[in-house]
Order: sequence, then C-alpha cells, then structure tokens
Amino acid sequence: MTLIEQVIMIAAIVAGTMLTRFLPFLLFPAGKPTPEYIQYLGKVLPASVFGLLVIYCLKDVEIMRGSHGIPEFLSIAAVVLLHRWKRQMLLSIAGGTILYMLLVQVLF
Amino acid sequence: MQKPDKKTKYLKALKAAFPHTIPIFAGFWFLGLTYGIYMNVSGFSFWYPCLMSLTIFAGSVEFVAVNLLLGAFDPLQAFVMTLMINARHLFYGISMLDKYKGTGLKKFYLIFGMCDESFSINYTADIPEDVDKGWFMFFVTLLNHFYWFSGATLGGLFGSLIHFNTEGLDFVMTAMFVVIFMEQWLKDKKHTSAVLGLALSALCLIIFGADDFIIPAMVAILGVLTFARGWLEKGEKEE
Repeated sequence: MTLIEQVIMIAAIVAGTMLTRFLPFLLFPAGKPTPEYIQYLGKVLPASVFGLLVIYCLKDVEIMRGSHGIPEFLSIAAVVLLHRWKRQMLLSIAGGTILYMLLVQVLF
Repeated sequence: MQKPDKKTKYLKALKAAFPHTIPIFAGFWFLGLTYGIYMNVSGFSFWYPCLMSLTIFAGSVEFVAVNLLLGAFDPLQAFVMTLMINARHLFYGISMLDKYKGTGLKKFYLIFGMCDESFSINYTADIPEDVDKGWFMFFVTLLNHFYWFSGATLGGLFGSLIHFNTEGLDFVMTAMFVVIFMEQWLKDKKHTSAVLGLALSALCLIIFGADDFIIPAMVAILGVLTFARGWLEKGEKEE
C-alpha cells in the first residue's frame, strides 16, 4: 500500500468508529424529545451492556484446554468478594489483577 | 475574578476524575504498549501507533487495523469491519443521550472518546454535587485518551526493550468491568437486564464463537428487552 492508500484506510476506520459513536446523538438530538422507547432502552441497556463487556473480556478463555479458565474464575471470585467486603473499586481491581498475575505466572 | 473561579472548577473536576481512571491507566498502558510493539514488529514506524491511537481511539479495532494495513487496499471492507466490531458503541450512545446533554462543545469530544472504559466510568460514577459533571466526564475521557496514546507511542518507540514480566496484567480490564457490573447491580432495583446481558452474551459466545458473537448478542439483548418492556416498566412504576 502507498502512504495515501494507508491514510485512506485509516480514515475509513476512523469514520466507522465515529459513526457508531455519533449516530444515536444524530438520530435523537438534544433539542427534540427522545422517543419513549429509546428512553426506555437508555435506562435498561447499560446493565446488559456491562454483562456483555464482562463476557467480551473472557471471550478467549478456553474452558476445555490449557488452564481451563481456572485462573479467571478464581480471580473474578476474588474481585467479587473484595468488592462485597470493602466496596473500594481500586482495591477490588488491584487485588483481582495481582492474584491473576500470580496464578498465570507462577501456578499455571 | 472569573478566571481563578474557572481554574478551580477545572482542577476540582480533574481531581475527582483521576482516581476513577487509575485502573484504566494500568490497562491502557499495558494494551497500548502491546499494540505499539505489535505495530513495531509488523514493520510500521512509531508514527503509526502514535497517530492511530490519537485518531481512532478504539482498542480492539486498532489491533485489527494492523492486519488491514498489511492486506490489500480495501477501505470499504475496513469501514464495514469497523462498524461490526464497534457496533456496541451504539448502545453506549443511546444510554448517554441524557448524561451528555448540556455539556456544550465538550460533547463532541465526549462522543468522540466514548470507548468502553470512558462510557462505563461516565455512566456509573457518582459525581460529587460540587463537581461540574461535564468537566468530570471530559477529564475521564481525556485521561483515558492520553493513557492509550502514550502507551501506544511508547510501545512503538521502545517496545522491544521491555523485559519485565507483565503476563496477566491485561486482567485489570476484566476486573474493572466486573466491578462496574457489580456497581450497576447494587444501584438497580431489578436485575433482569444485568442477568440477560450476561446470559445472552455467554450463550451467543458458545454458539457463534469469540470472533462473531457480539452482534448476535446485541440483537438478542435488544430483542428480549423490547419484548419484556411492558413487564420491566410495570415493575418500575410499582416501586
């Protein structure tokens, strides 16, 4: 690819990303009342989306091979327990991540 | 006397925003460095990760972009692939219609920088009463953008020199989304949507595999939430 072609390719990727981010705001501008159905989605979607993002992070874990997802399972359990105990975001995240790093580097 | 006032307003928002972005700093530096190194070993100068991290600012797409740039010149395919990978951002926009209202010109940047992490923090964070919400969200987005950009650029420049064992550090992102999921759970009265999100995504992952599950999962979530609207809204009004 020439430099110009590379620039066009990158511009296409930027345009695709921006379209997915700006489209809802273009379709439902702040000045006009948002349809009730969209308002409803805006309220109920986030909880689903966070579930989707958790699964998305785990998409490459192989249950049948390698470490069978055990380090992921244990570390997520640690995050959940820490967060239920102290409810301090940074502590829960750091604790789970350090445990995961120890598990994959030392044990598995 | 307006100037010092404004300055304290910005500083206050920055100070409130920064702690929320610390896990993202760790995650983005790790992923950004990895991305920079990947571009480096694929034969691109550091200018590529530097400029692409600034303009695209969407992690997973940027890894795919490396392959696209190494393949044949096909901007339409690049555009369509990007739409598919980033389709989930449509849901973020719908959820942020209200929160980004009244943020002035900053709104363009807030939407431009609405990656998974910026969205998750800006949606769930309890912003203190005396902090300007618009500037808080602006700084969350700006800090995230900066972490990603600096990580990617450093990876492109010095990636081959790093030898400390970072294996597993990427789990910081998973841990963060688990915590955000829990925070949302604690705020919601009904957990139907949260359970649906987990279950339908997991089901689609099993059926369609890691590379193709996001769009079916989105369609399934949208379908079931639409179908269950009457019931979900009824519950809310009874509260």
